[in-house]
Amino acid sequence: MVMKVSTIRRHARESLKSLGRNGWMTFASVSAVTVTLILVGVFFVIMMNLNRVAQTVEEDVQIRVHIDVAANKHDQDTLKTAIQKIPEVKTVTFSSKENELKELVKSMGDEGKAFKLFEQDNPLNDVFIVKTKNPGDTMKAASKIEKLNFVAKVKYGQDKVEKLFKFINASRNVGAVLIIGLFFTAIFLISNTIKITIIARRREIKIMRLVGATNSFIRWPFFLEGLWLGILGAILPIILISIAYYRAFDYINPKLDGTFIKILPFDPFMYQVSGILLLMGALIGVWGSLMSVRKFLKA
Amino acid sequence: MIEMKEVYKKYRNGVTAINGIDVRIDQGEFVYIVGPSGAGKSTFIKMIYREEVPTSGTIHMNGIDLAKIKMKKVPIYRRNIGVVFQDFKLLPTLTVYENIAFALEVIEASPKFIKKRVMEVLDLVGLKHKARMLPTELSGGEQQRVSIARSIVNSPKVVIADEPTGNLDPETTWEIMRIFEEINNRGTTLVMATHNRDIVNTLKRRVIAIEGGKIVRDEQRGEYGYEG
Repeated sequence: MVMKVSTIRRHARESLKSLGRNGWMTFASVSAVTVTLILVGVFFVIMMNLNRVAQTVEEDVQIRVHIDVAANKHDQDTLKTAIQKIPEVKTVTFSSKENELKELVKSMGDEGKAFKLFEQDNPLNDVFIVKTKNPGDTMKAASKIEKLNFVAKVKYGQDKVEKLFKFINASRNVGAVLIIGLFFTAIFLISNTIKITIIARRREIKIMRLVGATNSFIRWPFFLEGLWLGILGAILPIILISIAYYRAFDYINPKLDGTFIKILPFDPFMYQVSGILLLMGALIGVWGSLMSVRKFLKA
Repeated sequence: MIEMKEVYKKYRNGVTAINGIDVRIDQGEFVYIVGPSGAGKSTFIKMIYREEVPTSGTIHMNGIDLAKIKMKKVPIYRRNIGVVFQDFKLLPTLTVYENIAFALEVIEASPKFIKKRVMEVLDLVGLKHKARMLPTELSGGEQQRVSIARSIVNSPKVVIADEPTGNLDPETTWEIMRIFEEINNRGTTLVMATHNRDIVNTLKRRVIAIEGGKIVRDEQRGEYGYEG
C-alpha cells in the first residue's frame, strides 16, 4: 500500500516530537553513535591510508634480474622471452648498465657524484626489471627466474617485502575486526537506549493497536527517530575527523616528500569518509530502533 | 451483528473464564453486561474486540469469523469497533485533538476530513474548547468523554465499553451515559459491561447477566439484579 503524503508528514512530525520529548534518551543515543563513529572514523582513516601505502609498495615491488656480463645481445633476448613465458610475470623492461649507473648517481644525491668516476668503467650489470601480475607472486616468480641461464643475481628486497606485507595484512584484519565490533556495539547501545524509551511507551503502543494502528504505522515514527539519532550522532565525528585530518595532512605530508609513501589527499578522501560515517550513523540508528521496536509489536 | 456460538475460554493458568456462551446481539441494540467480579464480563468484552480468542466455539462480527483474523490484521478489524475503557487509555503525550485524530490518521484520512470530523465529535461530547489540552490536564469525566469521542470518530457500527464509569463520580457518570444514549440513538450498537446498578435500573435496556462464565439471565429492559 502506498503511503499518503499527509501520513508521511505525520510520521516525520511525530518522530521529531519524540526526539524532544525523550530529551535525555535522545542525548544518550546520539552520544553513543558519536563515540562509536569517532572511533570507527579514526580507524577507518588509518586503515585506508595503510591500504594506500600498501598499494604504492605493492606497485613498487619489482624483481631486478641482473644479467650475466658474459651474455651477448642474443642471449639477452632469449632470457627476456624466457622470463616473459613465466605465467606470473606481467612486464619485463630492459635497463642498460649506463642507465643503472645514472639512477644510482641520482639516488645518492651529492655523494653520488663520486660514482661518476665509474662512467668509464661501469661495474654494474644490465638489468631486466620484472613486474608480476600479482605482487604476492613476487617470490614465486623470482625463484623461477633464478634458474634461467645468464642470470647473475635476482633481487627483490625479500625480507622487507615479506615483513611489510605481513604487517599491512595484519593491520588490515585487525582494523576490520575493530570496526565491525564497534559497529555492533553501537547498534547494541542504541537499541538499548531506544528500548528504554519504548518500554516507557509500551502502553502507548498497545493503545495505538487498540484504536486501529497497524504495526507498520506504529513502526514508521520509530524508524525515522532512529534515522535522526544516527544522523545527529554522525555530525560531530565528521567535523572532528575532518579538522583533524586536515591538520594532520598539513603536518605529515611535507615530511613524506621525497619518499615513495603518500597519504590520501583531503579532497576527495574526507568527503568519502564523511559520507560513509553519515551512512553508518543512519544505519546504526535505524537498525537499533527497529530491533527494539520489533519485540513490542508482537503482542 | 455479533454472534457467539458455544464459546469457551480457558486461560493458560487453568482458569475457565467463559464456560459455554451462546448469544446474539443485533444492530442498534444497547446491551448491559452485568455480573459479579470474576464472572467473565471482561473476557466476554475482550473477545469482541479480539484481545482474546475463544478456546473453542466461534464468534462472528458482521459475518467475519474473529478467530480467523491474523494477529497483523487485528488493528484493521478494530477500526470497525469503538472501544472505551475504565482507565480511558488515552495517549498521554498527545493533546485531546491529537488523541481523537489518531484513530483517523491510522486509516489515512485526509487532513481536511480529520479536522472536520474531530471537531464534530468533540462538539458531541462537549469538549471543543479543550481540544489543545493534554489528557493529564483534564478531569476523569472529561478524559472519558475524549476516549468516547475517539471511539466513535471513525463511525463504527458498534461501541464496546468495559466499565466506562468505574472511575467516575455519579454526576459525571450520568453525563457519560447521556452521551452513550445519544450514540445509540444514532444507530450504533452499544455493549457495556458495568457494575453500576443505578444506571442499569434507571436507563432500562437489554441486560445480559454472566455468572461463572455462563449467561444466567438475558432480558429486555432488565434489572441489575444484584445487591450492593
